[in-house]
Amino acid sequence: MCFKAKQLCKLVLYPAIVLLSIFGGSAWAEEAQRWQVNMTPGVTEIGHKIFDLHMLVFWICVITGIGVFAYLIYSIVAFRKSQGAESAHFHENTTVEILWTVIPFLILIAIAVPSTKTLLEIYDTDDADLDILVTGYQWKWKYEYLDANGENVSFFSNLSTAQGEIYNAEDKGQHYLLEVDEPVVVPVGKKIRFLVTANDVLHSWWVPAIAVKRDAVPGFINESWTRIEEPGIYRGQCAELCGRNHGYMPIVVHAVEQEEYDAWLAERKAKAAQIKELMSKNFTLDEQMEAGKAIYMSACVACHGVNGEGGVGKPIAGSPIATGEITGLINILVNGKPGSAMPAFGNQFNDVDLAAVITFARNGFGNNMGDVVQPIDVYNFKQGQ
Amino acid sequence: MGEHHGPAKGISRWFLTTNHKDIGALYLWFSFAMFLLGGSFAMIIRAELFQPGLQLVEPEFFNQMTTMHGLVMVFGAIMPAFVGLANYMIPMMIGAPDMALPRMNNWSFWILPPAFTILAGTLFMEGGGPNFGWTFYAPLSTTYAPPSVTFFIFGVHIMGLSSIMGAINIIATIVNMRAPGMTYMKMPLFVWTWLITAFLLVAVMPVLAGAVTMMLMDIHFGTSFFSAAGGGDPVLFQHIFWFFGHPEVYIIILPAFGVVSHIIPAFSRKPLFGYDSMVYATASIAFLSFIVWAHHMYTVGMPVAGELFFMYATTLIAVPTAAKVFNWITTMFRGSLSFETPMLFAIGFVVLFTIGGFTGLMLSIAPADFQYHDTYFVVAHFHYTMVAGAIFAMSASVYYWIHKWTGRRYNESMGKAHFWISFLGFNLTFFPQHFVGLAGMPRRIPDYALQFADFNMMSSIGAFIYGASQLLFLYNVIATIRSGKKDDTAKTWDGAEGLEWEVPSPAPYHTFSVPPQVK
Repeated sequence: MCFKAKQLCKLVLYPAIVLLSIFGGSAWAEEAQRWQVNMTPGVTEIGHKIFDLHMLVFWICVITGIGVFAYLIYSIVAFRKSQGAESAHFHENTTVEILWTVIPFLILIAIAVPSTKTLLEIYDTDDADLDILVTGYQWKWKYEYLDANGENVSFFSNLSTAQGEIYNAEDKGQHYLLEVDEPVVVPVGKKIRFLVTANDVLHSWWVPAIAVKRDAVPGFINESWTRIEEPGIYRGQCAELCGRNHGYMPIVVHAVEQEEYDAWLAERKAKAAQIKELMSKNFTLDEQMEAGKAIYMSACVACHGVNGEGGVGKPIAGSPIATGEITGLINILVNGKPGSAMPAFGNQFNDVDLAAVITFARNGFGNNMGDVVQPIDVYNFKQGQ
Repeated sequence: MGEHHGPAKGISRWFLTTNHKDIGALYLWFSFAMFLLGGSFAMIIRAELFQPGLQLVEPEFFNQMTTMHGLVMVFGAIMPAFVGLANYMIPMMIGAPDMALPRMNNWSFWILPPAFTILAGTLFMEGGGPNFGWTFYAPLSTTYAPPSVTFFIFGVHIMGLSSIMGAINIIATIVNMRAPGMTYMKMPLFVWTWLITAFLLVAVMPVLAGAVTMMLMDIHFGTSFFSAAGGGDPVLFQHIFWFFGHPEVYIIILPAFGVVSHIIPAFSRKPLFGYDSMVYATASIAFLSFIVWAHHMYTVGMPVAGELFFMYATTLIAVPTAAKVFNWITTMFRGSLSFETPMLFAIGFVVLFTIGGFTGLMLSIAPADFQYHDTYFVVAHFHYTMVAGAIFAMSASVYYWIHKWTGRRYNESMGKAHFWISFLGFNLTFFPQHFVGLAGMPRRIPDYALQFADFNMMSSIGAFIYGASQLLFLYNVIATIRSGKKDDTAKTWDGAEGLEWEVPSPAPYHTFSVPPQVK
């Protein structure tokens, strides 16, 4: 008897201990780990509340599950025909049926109270210290820091994982698919409001560690907010199917101290002023080729190939558009090609970058047209249309 | 028998048949073919996800595979399987000679193969097949869709037509053709669950037809239902889709509830614990299914009052569902249990569907759903309900009734092997998906970050095992039909109850020419 009880204890305790050790700990790093089995509580108060709610419902399910499955297993083991079990013929029992209706109902009410409280907090987007407009594009994010004086800072954030890693030609880095060229930088301890929208199809802006997920809907602006407690790098991904490269538009948030943020913002503003200046500069062919190649390798290579050989997009090498009338090439870069996978880059890049990449397309991959496109050419084209 | 009562000969028997058993068999074979097709799409998905990086397919094709897998499984495999079962079993269970509208019955089946030929044909068209997910959210499915979307819309219309005709036929049969003495509250539960399912179908399939018609107008006729640029709203699409889509998941699962409510009492040799409460629970679930649709859209930016309403309504579904689970287990309690293949699948159903129910409760909590939404946690959840729910129940039904259909016995050891391999493969596939989902892996991505690699590889191995076990099932069914042991016993299982067990096996072509009297 004693032996049996001991065994039973082991049988029940072991899984319970394993479960506890898996789900009990809350010391998750900000980034998902190998073999991670649970949600991250993250680095925000709301994130912790969501995590607690998740664990509350989880444990209610586990306890109910243990009860239900114990009842099932007992019935299976105890009433086997092969062991000579005779069937009883009872059925219908109003008391029992009312009980198993009322008890789940009461449990649901117990869950509903904290859920409602947390939901109301998530929806309270008032009194933000900082507004960031997040726009989803196929397949990148644009961030625009809204400034009361109209000096907005904006930039695009692209996947920076090399094509070679994706196609298994190179070793995959530690942050494979979760790394970008321009992270979104935010100060810690401030209430940051994200205004989320999209330019083309639906996207969804999701960073688990800061507990924000909002659908980006073209034509509508959704609101969400966060207040990050700890400086760090937090990574996420687009969570709504948005076409071919849905899996390749990650989000990286750098949360930094206020001073560092201010310095970053000032630098950004200075850079924007610099671009204004560059608009009137005359670049040499070499300068444009070098700058253009860098842009091509991050923004164009996925569709047009490393050697301009084409793929989803048309080949660039020897292309009649790249080597034809120059306005035709500017036009397709600025306006895209409706009905094809070629997006309009006119608002995604500044004219300095557009001029560089157009020059690269005309002269790279053996096209060698020999002419240089200047920022002012792109500007004039846009004005003229 | 004799005269004109037997089936016609040759291939025209199948084209021209108005017999409920022939049409039922056609539906069942068709759905199994679609199950294998949709399953092979799943194998491609899992093979690509075996390791991080792109190995086998390009993201464009991967998206077509996830889309077609969902569409084929929902509309081609699960729904026709249960319609086939309804066709075969409902007249037998209610003591009727056939369905009420036999010619429409023929038509509702025979428009399905062309519909799926069109749908599968889109894969070979320029620009590829549907690549916007089985939920086909606008504007990815309208402005940004490949040209084949028009064929997809046509296919969905035909499937919808087939479902509506099938549903009307089932309602007409159940309401008008029950044997004398069979009052509503004496109907077998499979008949009850199908009656309610049929009403759901009639209510929501036209809504789906409306949604795809609006897409068609947006694509070809310059309207802007789903485009903000023209004054429309992409979120409107989601509301319409899920007003269809949520009842749809109960359309899939209610007949499965019915089947399990037959099998568990049969192998427990004890009547179902609470027949009345099962009927009421089914009806409550059906009612609730109409007022919970937006729980699929918690992150879309609804007003907080809407979120709260849909959250409360959704959690309520747990109450009747829990009542069902308690009912099944209490039926087994103090019974005399044996564990033939149908019972194994039915118990597997109860266990795994309950797990799916728990994750469903977790997902219904709106704040937590902000972290679960569109992750593999959701994928795991709905496969626990769709595969371990609907498909396990379907496998159970085939083993339970195949002797009645063919007059031959299936191979029990092979059946049990099918169950255990499926059960293992299924859990190996989908249990780890809870973990990667919680850890932050979005769904519908062809490639993933390195920390998800271990569980994904596990998942893929499980999927291959589960896939292979279905070939064993196919083999067992064919072997039964061709060379199973002949046995004309009326009652296959000693504990089974119902009119279908009072006729010889196989059941006569027109089961009851004289209505039986039900006491």
